[in-house]
Amino acid sequence: MYIIIVGGGKIGYFLARQLLHDQHEVLIIEQNQDKSAQIAEDLGEIVMVGDGCEASTLERAGMARTDMVIALTADDEDNLVVCQVAKHKFNVPHTISRINNPDNERIFKMLGIDATISSTGIILAHIEQELPTHPLIPLLTLKGGALEIVEIKVPPESRIIGQPIKSLLLPQRSLIILVISPDGQARLPAPDTIIQTGDEVVAVTMPETEESLRSALASSGF
Amino acid sequence: MRVIIMGCGRRGAALATMLDAEGHNVTVLDVDAAAFSFLPDNFGGTEIVGNGTDELSLRRAGIEGVDAFVSTTRGDNRNVMAAQMAKHVFRVPRVITLVHDPIREEMYHSLGLRTVSPTKIVASALRDVLLAEQETAGGEEQQETKVSEV
Repeated sequence: MYIIIVGGGKIGYFLARQLLHDQHEVLIIEQNQDKSAQIAEDLGEIVMVGDGCEASTLERAGMARTDMVIALTADDEDNLVVCQVAKHKFNVPHTISRINNPDNERIFKMLGIDATISSTGIILAHIEQELPTHPLIPLLTLKGGALEIVEIKVPPESRIIGQPIKSLLLPQRSLIILVISPDGQARLPAPDTIIQTGDEVVAVTMPETEESLRSALASSGF
Repeated sequence: MRVIIMGCGRRGAALATMLDAEGHNVTVLDVDAAAFSFLPDNFGGTEIVGNGTDELSLRRAGIEGVDAFVSTTRGDNRNVMAAQMAKHVFRVPRVITLVHDPIREEMYHSLGLRTVSPTKIVASALRDVLLAEQETAGGEEQQETKVSEV
């Protein structure tokens, strides 16, 4: 795949490194000369210096033939415009935007961005997970916000511990897609998979059923 | 008309001053309180420090229920994001935004935003003045020739 990353910060850098390792063709667009030079030194000539919001920069970057654009700058308005220009001017099939201000998640959905990742929101949720409230961590939104992928660490007091997946009462159109044990082993859930203490569960759900899913997976009572 | 103007640079301030003088209810929003010094002493509108791409700031500026929203900052992306929030999230009836980059201006115009391109407007104004002066200068040159002949 040909993937364009706008923003050569830490996330852009490590993502590019991983994608290159996975044999993808990658281009990072970064405005800062020094940052660009550093990336080029580490990862090779995969950097273009320029403003990723300028349509002319994107054109030179080969936007017309790219499969995916990932906007990772620290400014939400820049990420929004990068994705909108990619989508509407160059018909790029997939756009992913990082969101810095968690409040903008809803706004980006309303403005039609395919997938968003709220970096601040994820970090906050991970910290909150260590608190006794056990929230869902939003990992990714799909279908313009109609579906989302969430993660939850099943608390020790949860009623689902020791239960097979087939016996769980999940809200409609919510689906457990992965169970990760404390040692990091990921298992694809089968009907007879038993949820163990310390497991993390990754599920697909809808924004409106998020709270009932959380309650189904984390509550202690019946 | 109740209107919010995002960005109190020279252009935003000039627009705010005009509308205020004409009796409209104007709120100016800028991230930098120092920018309000562009407004005249007798400015009767409301000044709010805040970011126009931030939902909370827009609410504080009273965006729910205004008749119009205009974004005038120097940043195209800030302008179009705020304008889209005003239009699609807060359903403001009249939304206008400055977009300096002609390519982005064209695109957002085709996406349904009411855009104004300072780049195009200034370029064509300069061209008009330039061509008008050339004609006048051409006339003067001929006159000078005549004078020298005499």
